[in-house]
Amino acid sequence: MTHLLAAPIIVPALAAALLLVLHRARIAVKRTIGMGATVAVAVAALAILTETRSGAPLVYRLGNWPSPFGIVLVADHLSAFMLLLTASLALAALLYAVQGWDARGKLFHPLFLFQVMGLNGAFLTGDLFNLFVFFEILLIASYGLAMEGLEVERLRATLHYAAINIAASSVFLIAVSLMYGVMGTLNMAHLAERVGEVRIEDVGLVRAAGLLLLGVFAVKAAVFPLYFWLPATYSHAPAPVAALFAVMTKVGVYAMIRVTTLIFTGGESDVMELTSPWLMPVSLITLALGTLGALGAQRLATITAYLTIASVGTILTGVAVGGGKGLAAALYYMAHSTIAIAILFLVTDLLGRNRGAMGDQLHPGPPLRQAVPLGLTFLFGGATVAGIPPSSGFLGKLMILHSTMNGLSVVLIWTVILVTSVLTLVTCSRAGSIVLWNHIEPDQLAHDRPPRAGEWVALAALAGCSIGLVIFAAPIAHYTGEIEAQLTSPGSYIHAVLESGQDDFIRPHAMGGVR
Amino acid sequence: MELVMAVGIGIMTACAVYLLLRGRTFSLVLGLSMLSTAGNLFIFSMGRLRPGVSPIVAAGTEGYADPVPQALVLTAIVIGFGMTGFIMALAVRIRLQTGSDHVDGLEPMPERRPEQGS
Repeated sequence: MTHLLAAPIIVPALAAALLLVLHRARIAVKRTIGMGATVAVAVAALAILTETRSGAPLVYRLGNWPSPFGIVLVADHLSAFMLLLTASLALAALLYAVQGWDARGKLFHPLFLFQVMGLNGAFLTGDLFNLFVFFEILLIASYGLAMEGLEVERLRATLHYAAINIAASSVFLIAVSLMYGVMGTLNMAHLAERVGEVRIEDVGLVRAAGLLLLGVFAVKAAVFPLYFWLPATYSHAPAPVAALFAVMTKVGVYAMIRVTTLIFTGGESDVMELTSPWLMPVSLITLALGTLGALGAQRLATITAYLTIASVGTILTGVAVGGGKGLAAALYYMAHSTIAIAILFLVTDLLGRNRGAMGDQLHPGPPLRQAVPLGLTFLFGGATVAGIPPSSGFLGKLMILHSTMNGLSVVLIWTVILVTSVLTLVTCSRAGSIVLWNHIEPDQLAHDRPPRAGEWVALAALAGCSIGLVIFAAPIAHYTGEIEAQLTSPGSYIHAVLESGQDDFIRPHAMGGVR
Repeated sequence: MELVMAVGIGIMTACAVYLLLRGRTFSLVLGLSMLSTAGNLFIFSMGRLRPGVSPIVAAGTEGYADPVPQALVLTAIVIGFGMTGFIMALAVRIRLQTGSDHVDGLEPMPERRPEQGS
């Protein structure tokens, strides 16, 4: 059995523990350990991606327990894709952070690695309870990262963020245990098998549990009407942390995709199909309100935070279309939007700290140093998010629009997506022209910290990813198509988890069976 | 016993939701810990309530309690405890730094009603 699948969880966990022990070490040592672990995670993610190319999901049984009884890690195409996306983003964010951000908090590096560990675990885990556990790991790390520096604004935003997430976690637990109470298992593949055998009088309970779960994932993904925690938290978080948070809402989307394609698929009857009546309207409302929020925001960071919400709306529109290229388009858009939002968060930081006391507020400030490269980077980020051809945003939106062609609500979806794209463009050009072109005479340049070379490297790497999404659009779209094909026929996932490797074991009986 | 348990969990959850919606961090922390306790009791009862039997199957025993929810609830208690500890420290920190225990860190604009008991 290969231990490769455990690496994206074990490596950051061990490195973070080591960093905790060495918390008095020099910053160079911490940076080396943090960077080394993140690079190792990226390599492992690449290896997992190539290993899963053949199509069969990889399964790792912890402690070698046979399947529905032990804990499993599963990597199918979707998990591998999300792992690689997270690792790329984490590398760029860490590269940006080691230029000086990380020196402000003693615990930045361990918290960052715990966050990466939680993200990777959530993408890899094969059972619902460990999904909860990994959610908690990534959340508690994110609380620490979000309030770094302990400014009052950050503390206040973190309190709101922590409160809603702790409440959501309790609901998550109730949903998970309700499912266990009815179906007697928490292994997602096993649940997918059992959900068809639920007795008719228990169907209501399972549906209630499923809807509670989706509600919790909607909080994590910041879907209307559960997104109000996001703008304050993300806009006050330190820039590299906010860039990493760009993938955190996508964990909620991932979990939604996972449970709706694996467990609540409907199958022969529509009883277990939970999302279809409301996912499309909710995602369109999320998209519209996110864009309007960005239009009305008074700070660059708040604009970017609202654009994060809008991007979740766009992704879920594709998810709501579902099979027949909707999911594939949504996944392409997910890669694009994660990277584009991270670019915007980082360039917002560079712009904001070059403007003295004005920060990233939308008011005329002192003239910028390095205005041309900063302006071009902001233009790149804004154009990509808005979806100007030939950016990756354009291709992503085109794929989503194309996937809705056969639906009934095509007029509504096209209108919302196209109008919000124009509004995003208006937002970004307005913000860019105020910040970059409207100058007042500088009265003081006390806080001027010009961008450093490493920060440009991080931004260039993210921009390179975004351009790569355009250049290699065909192979990537082909790959997301394969992900969709695997998701819409979950048989191979279930088979891989429950069947393969069973020959090695004497299957325990009597315990854990059907109640 | 099932009825008592169900009603108890229900009342606890209702109280927790009420406390969560209050404007002071102290009630918020109380509400969150109450909600997680209600959740923990719920997990525990999902293994069915069976008094007097152990979760270990041995020769000669009749019936057993489901061990899985007991393991789950242990994990959930630990995580819930950690989270409550964190948010309590955060609330105290905000109180010290802003001088207010309102969840927004600011006293609301209209005249302040004195909170009882705290």
